[in-house]
Amino acid sequence: MKTESRLEKVISAGHFAVTAECGPPKGSDVSVLEQKSKHLKGIVDAVNVTDNQTAIVRMSSVAACAILKQMGIEPVLQMVTRDRNRIALQSDLFGAYALGIRNVLCLTGDHQTFGNQKAAVGVFDLDSIQLVKTVRDMREQGKIIGGEDIQGPPKMFIGAAENPFADPVSWRVVRLAKKIEAGVDFIQTQCIFNLGRFEEFIGQARDMGLTDKVSILAGITPLKGVGMARYMATKVAGMDIPEDVIKRMSGVAKENQADEGIRIAVETIQRVREIKGVAGIHLMAIEWEHKVPEILKAAGLAERPQV
Amino acid sequence: MIVAELKPISEIRNMLDRYSSILVVGCDSCVAECAAGGHRETMLLAAALKLSYGKDDKSPVITEACLDRQCVDDFINRIADQVPEHEVILSLGCGAGVQALARVYTDKPIIPALDTLFIGETQMRGVWQENCLGCGQCKLGYFGAVCPVTRCSKKLMNGPCGGSKGGRCEVDNDILCGWDMIIQRLQALGELDRLSEYVPPVDWSTSHSGGPRRVVREDQKP
Repeated sequence: MKTESRLEKVISAGHFAVTAECGPPKGSDVSVLEQKSKHLKGIVDAVNVTDNQTAIVRMSSVAACAILKQMGIEPVLQMVTRDRNRIALQSDLFGAYALGIRNVLCLTGDHQTFGNQKAAVGVFDLDSIQLVKTVRDMREQGKIIGGEDIQGPPKMFIGAAENPFADPVSWRVVRLAKKIEAGVDFIQTQCIFNLGRFEEFIGQARDMGLTDKVSILAGITPLKGVGMARYMATKVAGMDIPEDVIKRMSGVAKENQADEGIRIAVETIQRVREIKGVAGIHLMAIEWEHKVPEILKAAGLAERPQV
Repeated sequence: MIVAELKPISEIRNMLDRYSSILVVGCDSCVAECAAGGHRETMLLAAALKLSYGKDDKSPVITEACLDRQCVDDFINRIADQVPEHEVILSLGCGAGVQALARVYTDKPIIPALDTLFIGETQMRGVWQENCLGCGQCKLGYFGAVCPVTRCSKKLMNGPCGGSKGGRCEVDNDILCGWDMIIQRLQALGELDRLSEYVPPVDWSTSHSGGPRRVVREDQKP
């Protein structure tokens, strides 16, 4: 074991891992986290805490992770390089580890013009791959950027995201290889609606021997209705929702669309479980955390391993 | 070159209205190329100001002048005779020109007429593109002569983000994805191998992050 991460234990024991996502509140209201965590505790192996996702100001992910940890949930700290320079990122990594956080997901982050602080400076001192290497060098060498020693180095289980649906297509696996080279342990992918392209991506990764070096968790998002499908298809960066998925959603009555969205999610989970090189799923039920138990039960993933 | 745009007349008026004699000074270099502050634009702005003041029944003295370069003392000195006759200088230079005038004419308020935007190129008549941030460590040789620091909205050094779609940037569909351009160009040149290696964090100390920069060359001094 490289770390004390529970997620690492689950994955390295060969279990099909299940992670979920929890967006912190737009304020300091802890009860929002209490409510969301009720639906996730004991149901999933770890919970990602988003870092001001889509550049909207929310409770800091370090704070929300620490609160979830107190509630008995294994958190995955999402860190974007959009808002903090290397001084702040490294400092927060020290702090997060001191608070008991053992997993980190290194991201660049959506551009600040998407959010509610459009006039903000975009920091981007590091990119996500440089952040991965920074966290790895802390763990493996006990050093910060520049080579100074750390007193009590954080030993994080290191994740990154990959979007198999972004362009240029030929570049996506090259980027994955670069992330692995930089030291990533697990990958969570963008939400999968275009299974064909996802299979193609995993196939390429497998051919290059990458799936043996990194654990890929397939991103799943249940659609609440055809409106959400259309919004995500046109307004959310890096999303690929094929027309037939939108057609399937609009083909059922409005009151049944949520159930249809869940059915699509469950079918997608069952399909990706069959793909060699997929180590688990990352279930992003956006502001729909209470549906997570139902989805996992339907997908036959209700029982989580004890490790 | 430096690319700039004329400010709205209302904003210029807000800064100017306390003065009764104005020396409008253009710059016939970069800002002439981008049709913002050259000889022609200086005449047009002076005329527009006269019209604008006329509507308010005001008639300040407005005199025009245009320098070949507003950022070099040899040229700046050429308006030395006209400056004392005016209360204020309205500069159509870039930010560097405005500040150079202020350094030379220490007792004169200098008002900018332009918003200075970026270092860029004229891609065609009427289209100017930003393509250099002056980071102080040019790495264009490794990236197919497309700058990741400038042309990628997130300054990414290790490849495109997940928001690149059809060669366009997630920030705006009108922005070309810098990384898509880098990859296409290196692919065409048969040099894609340049991208497989990890690029370590950029040393921003040579950029503006290190404070305002200054070049001193003894061999060039008089």
